[in-house]
Amino acid sequence: MNYKPNEMMTIAAARALRNSDVTFVGIGMPSAAANLARLTHAPDITLIYESGTLATKPTVLPLSIGDGELCETALTTVSVPEMFRYWLQGGRITVGFLGGAQIDKYANLNTTVVGPYDKPKVRLPGGGGAPEIATSCGEIFIIMAQGKRSFVEKLDFVTSLGYGEGGDHRERLGVKTKGPTKLVTDLCVFEPDPVTKEMTVTSIHPGVTREQIQDATGWTVKYADEVAETPAPTEKELTVLRELHARTARAHGEAA
Amino acid sequence: MSRVMSLAEAVQSTIKDGDTVAMEGFTHLIPHAAGHEIIRQGKKHLTLLRMTPDLIYDQMIGMGCADKLIFSWGGNPGVGSLHRLRDAVEKGWPNKLEIVEHSHAAMANAYAAGAAGLPFTVFRGYIGTDLPKVNPAIKFIDCPYTGERLATVPAHRPDVAVIHALRADKEGNVLLEGILGVQKEAVLAAKKSIVTVEEIVDDFGPRNLNAVIIPSWALGAIAVVPGGAFPSYAQGYYKRFNAFYKQWDGIARERDTFLAWMKENVLNKTPEDFARHVEGLRTAAE
Repeated sequence: MNYKPNEMMTIAAARALRNSDVTFVGIGMPSAAANLARLTHAPDITLIYESGTLATKPTVLPLSIGDGELCETALTTVSVPEMFRYWLQGGRITVGFLGGAQIDKYANLNTTVVGPYDKPKVRLPGGGGAPEIATSCGEIFIIMAQGKRSFVEKLDFVTSLGYGEGGDHRERLGVKTKGPTKLVTDLCVFEPDPVTKEMTVTSIHPGVTREQIQDATGWTVKYADEVAETPAPTEKELTVLRELHARTARAHGEAA
Repeated sequence: MSRVMSLAEAVQSTIKDGDTVAMEGFTHLIPHAAGHEIIRQGKKHLTLLRMTPDLIYDQMIGMGCADKLIFSWGGNPGVGSLHRLRDAVEKGWPNKLEIVEHSHAAMANAYAAGAAGLPFTVFRGYIGTDLPKVNPAIKFIDCPYTGERLATVPAHRPDVAVIHALRADKEGNVLLEGILGVQKEAVLAAKKSIVTVEEIVDDFGPRNLNAVIIPSWALGAIAVVPGGAFPSYAQGYYKRFNAFYKQWDGIARERDTFLAWMKENVLNKTPEDFARHVEGLRTAAE
């Protein structure tokens, strides 16, 4: 089956999730990937959205973080202060799923502002839950389409911590969680170097070249000693993902 | 003690120019009708407080109600930017908007501290981010027991909290179900409050023993506005009108299309129009 780079990205991210994970899910690609995991290899995965829904099982992807669908299919729904105090800060989430407008080679993320803070070129929505998701979840998966404007040498603003300046910077800041263990793009998968913590390519999606990856990255890309080829999407993965998107489009269209 | 009145009277008697106003609702139960009434009454120089400023704050900012915004995520959920918020921040239109920026965890904690009558809140936050560099209200302390460095922010104590709830009973207690956001904390943190509700019932009848009810004696004004959360939703009453959130992107992108829409749909309308907006969405929720 033919597939698009975005589909490969969502599927590769979904595969990283385990059946036993308790996942803090953001809207957009993280939500598509997490629900794809639930509908394929990880039927018992626990999905948590920051609006307070615990163990939700939506049949269509929500447009917003608090659509009624999430609440109606959840095990229970808690208040937002409880969500951030007990469940996130309490250390009960194994994986946080983040994206952003900009990322650097140590997987720090910017979702706040492009350009100077006081005179922004582009004012972005801001951090939301991300600053604390980045440090309180057991580990972080990042999903982002790759491009020179988003994969930059230096962030305009650090909204959420990856590995800071690299090495043991995260530990020196007193953070005990692992941080970003996977960065999944439309071209490849990065994982942190064990020592320097620089995000390093460990798997390249089928048909993608190292030149393409470098052209879409604002720093000199490093590769692991052994780089795998990402397995192409299976027919089942593609079918489930496409049906999920089709159901979602119908549901949101009907509301009009 | 809460008192039932018209929405116009509630806004007129409760909100003064220059007040700090928190209109909460985490996607669900967003008090849109109340926001429109504030715009119609031409309230000015407000400090708007909210975790997730979305369409209603975009409208209030674009109509010049606000001097300052305290927030943690300002966007059109699932769609993109708030163009009126961006125009105010990037270009100062219709007036310069000062922003005070937090994270969700900080905002939720700050409301809880306000509700608890504490001056500040402490939490594990903001580690390794640039937010403390641009928001001087974010400070750090060492835990007196473990020595761990922890973030603090001041409690939220808004002059007025405005929320939309499902229903009130005859005694003036109000009930919320579904996604609860920080509405209860916002009301308890505020000096005064306005609650719009879908309906008033004789009594709540059989209900969950742990139902979220804010008692009459903790509330201010109650106004009955069926459909008052539209295009947001009211659990069990009507669904979220997702299509409008997508349409708003086109309406708000340019100043003239925005102003024309506001004139037609807000300035020349009344709270009663909200009931009509949700007629078609009611059956979908059943």
